[in-house]
Amino acid sequence: MSSIPENLMYTAEHEWVLQGEPSTVGVTATAADALGDVVYLELPAVGDVLTAGSVVGEIESTKSVSELYSPVSGTVVAVNDGAVADPSVVNSDPYGEGWLLKVEVTGSGPLLTAAEYQAFTQA
Amino acid sequence: MADDVLSPLHDEHVALGAALTSFAGWQMPLRYTSDLAEHQAVRAAAGLFDLSHMGELAVTGAQAAAALDYALVGDLTALAVGRARYTMITADDGSVLDDLVVYRLAPEEFLVVANASNAAVVATALRERIGGFEARLEDRSLATALVAVQGPAAEKIVSGLTAPQDADAVTGLKYYASVEATVAGLPALVARTGYTGEDGFELFVPAADAPTLWRALLDAGAPHGLVPAGLSARDSLRLEAGMPLYGNELDRTTTPYEAGLGRVVRLDKTLPDGGPLPFVGRAALAARKASPPARVLVGLVSEGRRAARHGYDVVAGPGPDSPVVGTVTSGAPSPTLGHAIAMAYVTPELSAEGTALAVDVRGRREPVRVVALPFYRRAR
Repeated sequence: MSSIPENLMYTAEHEWVLQGEPSTVGVTATAADALGDVVYLELPAVGDVLTAGSVVGEIESTKSVSELYSPVSGTVVAVNDGAVADPSVVNSDPYGEGWLLKVEVTGSGPLLTAAEYQAFTQA
Repeated sequence: MADDVLSPLHDEHVALGAALTSFAGWQMPLRYTSDLAEHQAVRAAAGLFDLSHMGELAVTGAQAAAALDYALVGDLTALAVGRARYTMITADDGSVLDDLVVYRLAPEEFLVVANASNAAVVATALRERIGGFEARLEDRSLATALVAVQGPAAEKIVSGLTAPQDADAVTGLKYYASVEATVAGLPALVARTGYTGEDGFELFVPAADAPTLWRALLDAGAPHGLVPAGLSARDSLRLEAGMPLYGNELDRTTTPYEAGLGRVVRLDKTLPDGGPLPFVGRAALAARKASPPARVLVGLVSEGRRAARHGYDVVAGPGPDSPVVGTVTSGAPSPTLGHAIAMAYVTPELSAEGTALAVDVRGRREPVRVVALPFYRRAR
């Protein structure tokens, strides 16, 4: 199992957040591995206002579709068009090139540290 | 999941890092690395599949052929020794209990291969139906392992492992034929059958021999580009090849006719005296054939990558008020074609090639077009 970056925060829905101004949001390797090859991303648009915990998009793989939850509240300031064009990057580099959204954060849902997320995935 | 049967190749899958899944009460490999990579390897080189979960039912005896003629919709008396036939077993009402491949190994010996999900139902039905004949059924499923090598490199790989005295028989094997041969030093039933639309072989060996065969095929196949391939790739490959999956295109609400497989129903099979041969489902199937179908199985292609999935509605058009005109039975992105494909039941008036329809993909209506099956045919 690949190591979980220490500098990120995580959710029980298998997203990660790189906190900052703006914050960056993606899905974890656990999510990507479970999905299999990602073939389609449905993401919010720049300017959309997100509410933490709500469904904001979809990640579709060859075999299944998963809802994308927003871990944070705020306004979308960037969307990873490269990932939309080539969703395989979510599998190959989920914490780097596979980032999904950048958000000006106004609030957040519950977040886990890397250690807490690690424990959660192994439970 | 805790009660799942383990394949004789379970340890191999674990060692290869496969993601395992529960399928028909068995723990089977869903994928080893990537669904797409495994799918593409089968089209370009070869894939190695563990199919040990399938049911293997031996029907033997002086009246084995007659018994199967009664029990199944096909004509098994006409099946030559060394040949195989795709057929079905239906209920009295003509609805499909399972689709099968039947191999004739000897004049009085048949091997009926059933889907894992239906193996028990088929065994029970067959046992009951052959009761009036001089024939007996032996369920060899747990004692038999089944490994498939599918792809353009399959013949090179399998013949390379075949004992010299059997090599010509294996390379010369016709599609839907089988031969006993020694492969990787092991006695095997080698069949030129498959579920991918590529050339390939399915090898039946005693369960205890499976790991040796598996490893030999991996070693011999690696230089040819062979990779182990899981159930996910198996499903996307058969979908591209337009092959039905029981539980999707076939179930207890369908007869072979709706699925476009009326050819397997041999209403013309006769008794030795020339009279019509009675078989389970005959009357219902004859009536079904004689009347116009209520629905027809079609292929659907879309421009985009969003795939309609099993159970999604087919609608007349992309507008929000378009009526529902059918149901998707299987759907996925096609790795070979680069866009989404689906099989669906639609009303006959809308089944002509080129008909523009739409599918409801989780609230969004995506345009699709009717095409003839299969979506993919290998170059010959």
